[in-house]
Amino acid sequence: MWRFVGYRLLQAIPVLLVVITVTFFLVRAAPGGPFSSEKAVIPEVKAALEAQYGLNLTLFQQYTSYLSDLTKGDLGPSFKYPGRSVNELIAAGFPVTAELGFYALLVALSIGGVAGIIASLRPNTAQDYIPMSAAMIGICMPSFLLGPILILVFGIYLEWLPVSGWGDIPGDKILPAVTLGSTYAAYVARLSRAGMLEVMSQDYIRTARAKGLPEWQVVTRHALRGGLIPVVAFLGPAFAGLLSGSFVVETIFQIPGLGRFYVQAAFNRDYTMILGATVFLATLIVVFNLLSDILAAWMNPRLRAQFAEQ
Amino acid sequence: MLTVENLGISFVTRMGTNKAVDGISFTVEAGKITAIIGESGSGKSVACYSLLGLIPQPPGRIDSGRALFEGQDLLQLTEAQLRETRGRDIAMVFQDPMTCLNPYMTVGNQLMEPLRYHKKVSKAQARERALELLEEVGIRDPASTIDNYPHQFSGGMRQRVMIAMALINEPKLLIADEPTTALDVTIQAQILELLAALQKKRNIGILFISHDLAVVADIADTIVVMQEGKIVETGNRDDIFRHAQQPYTQKLLRAIPTGGKSEVLPKSETLLSIRNLSTWFRQGKTHVKAVDDVSFEIRRGEVLGLVGESGSGKSTIGRSILRLVPITSGEVIFDGTDITALAARELKNMRSRLQIIFQDPFASLNPRMTVFDTLAEPLLLHGLDNRSTVGASVLRLMDDVGLARSFVRKYPHEFSGGQRQRIAIGRALATRPEFVVADEPVSALDVTIQAQILDLMRELGKEYSLTILFISHDLAVVRKLADRIVVLQKGKIVEQARTSELFEQPQQPYTRQLLQSIPGRALRANAT
Repeated sequence: MWRFVGYRLLQAIPVLLVVITVTFFLVRAAPGGPFSSEKAVIPEVKAALEAQYGLNLTLFQQYTSYLSDLTKGDLGPSFKYPGRSVNELIAAGFPVTAELGFYALLVALSIGGVAGIIASLRPNTAQDYIPMSAAMIGICMPSFLLGPILILVFGIYLEWLPVSGWGDIPGDKILPAVTLGSTYAAYVARLSRAGMLEVMSQDYIRTARAKGLPEWQVVTRHALRGGLIPVVAFLGPAFAGLLSGSFVVETIFQIPGLGRFYVQAAFNRDYTMILGATVFLATLIVVFNLLSDILAAWMNPRLRAQFAEQ
Repeated sequence: MLTVENLGISFVTRMGTNKAVDGISFTVEAGKITAIIGESGSGKSVACYSLLGLIPQPPGRIDSGRALFEGQDLLQLTEAQLRETRGRDIAMVFQDPMTCLNPYMTVGNQLMEPLRYHKKVSKAQARERALELLEEVGIRDPASTIDNYPHQFSGGMRQRVMIAMALINEPKLLIADEPTTALDVTIQAQILELLAALQKKRNIGILFISHDLAVVADIADTIVVMQEGKIVETGNRDDIFRHAQQPYTQKLLRAIPTGGKSEVLPKSETLLSIRNLSTWFRQGKTHVKAVDDVSFEIRRGEVLGLVGESGSGKSTIGRSILRLVPITSGEVIFDGTDITALAARELKNMRSRLQIIFQDPFASLNPRMTVFDTLAEPLLLHGLDNRSTVGASVLRLMDDVGLARSFVRKYPHEFSGGQRQRIAIGRALATRPEFVVADEPVSALDVTIQAQILDLMRELGKEYSLTILFISHDLAVVRKLADRIVVLQKGKIVEQARTSELFEQPQQPYTRQLLQSIPGRALRANAT
């Protein structure tokens, strides 16, 4: 197992290097720069600023110095927030985004999992079509549409829940989590339905029925574990997607998370912030994919044995 | 104990109503074994599953009949009452022990489940009982294997676990659905023996479902023959085997492979010679010696039977010859050329002369290719035909393997297992090969179909003057085709001899054991 983990982490290094390199040169290829604005800046001031942030060096020199800082864990100073480093900004924004992502994942798993399992028990009946149609709508509905609709319905007409903020008023975390999680709930529903259908047609389910177990025990004891493995394998990519996809929701609900910093950084040509956030998210994606793969393998006794050997 | 009267079952689909079981009646007595015999699709499994409410309704529908078990009509019970009966009074053993155990649960937990559910005993008591039963069904060292997962057991051992699981509540009736069909002949003999012994000891009734009369010949008391949902003939074992009245029963009896071919060995040059072949597979830090220093020769026009149990390396030899697996050492000399030394392009040319037929015609045909595409591909690939001539060649092949020409645009799923195997044979013969490896070509088929395919292979062998390496775990099947037989065990050759010699004077104890495992001993004793 440790060999496998080590191998996967080694594999991640070239991936990350490519991500960094491409991002580095792409953001610099975009027109404008961190210190260009409508107002004319005195050339001396601009030169001083550029010298301070190392922008007067050649592009390649900037690249190598960024990489060498990165190996020390230093993501550099932010160009837009003077006096603050990218590390500090990420440290400030990430816990909020992670919390949002975590709740969204809970929403996705509970709603999606239950819907998928219910649908799978009576395939091609109303019990299947209704949750699965809802799931289809969930997949099709972008969060910038769902968010405002939820705000209108639950925040403004019914006045049940706050419309924005994060941790200021009780209940203000519900709508963002639902908005962000619903798309993933739909994917989880489809995955768990497919997984459960596959398992429920297996011979060992018939064996369980032949033992005289009631249907709910057949499902919970014999079918769930195998049926939900695809969902577990999807958790890693899903969590990574939730983190990086949260910026729309953070903008709609005015949440001070990493996603908003990220988008603002792109608008502001905050080179180091864009790069820092990209590297950080790419690392998270690699780690979460690895974790969910390990978990999925662990749930299958046959793979577990092979895995422990490696 | 169980009396089934006039049972009728239909399946209602959009295509119409299909009568699967049409007014059948039979009984199972305590302490006796009743066998239901029939081909796939004869309704034998559906009939037995319906007794326990295990067929999905809809599309299934019970039209008529009664099934009295200890005075209760099983067909009238509510689902909750049926659940009480299932696994407690009536238990089941299924066909394929590879798929019928839950791969995510330890064997012990699965074993204890019926006991814990029906009898509400404590976990410790259930475990103790499970250990006793595992011991009784012949699992070695149950205390250390009870917490293993199913994949850690062999097929035969899993079937023993299934049997233990069925018996843990001491049921009165056991329904065994083709319990040995997925197993090697030697394991089959052991499982049959075990079932018979357990049945005698407990004095329970067994309803034994099989497609193979030979399998039940040694154990059944009463035999019920089914065809297309109806009972053709019922009788006690001796009546059925000695004086079968119905033509269908007689056909089933004839399908049991007996006797061998009586031809003289061809006196021709050696076509294929295998010298010190070893094929090892890496497993962690060690090697599995699947094939370990094996040497034999096949003459042109000869059919060589390669016999052994699962894991004996027989399939690996076949694949090694065709270079479908990398060999570790040794030589495979085909018509003067060492195949193991060929470069990729030379190998491609050679492949048109050496072909393989696989065991499972369901898995080895591409489901998205029509019969035409499947048969035309090798012809075009090896440049034997061009686009304009390939059609005629394909139709000729269809004729040769006995498939109607009108099937040519159909897809594999539209065919039965036997027909698919004909397609697979046609594909193998398309390039007019000189040498064919037939890897368990009839093991996945019903006996009647098996007999047809073996006849076809014999005819085609002559027509195409083929040299065949016929791989099987079943000596009775090999005997029908092979001139000589090589017996393998654990990757090594145990014995090789002419077919008649091997059957009459087996030299090695292992060969004798294989011969004794051939089902239908009672049948052969009757015949002599």
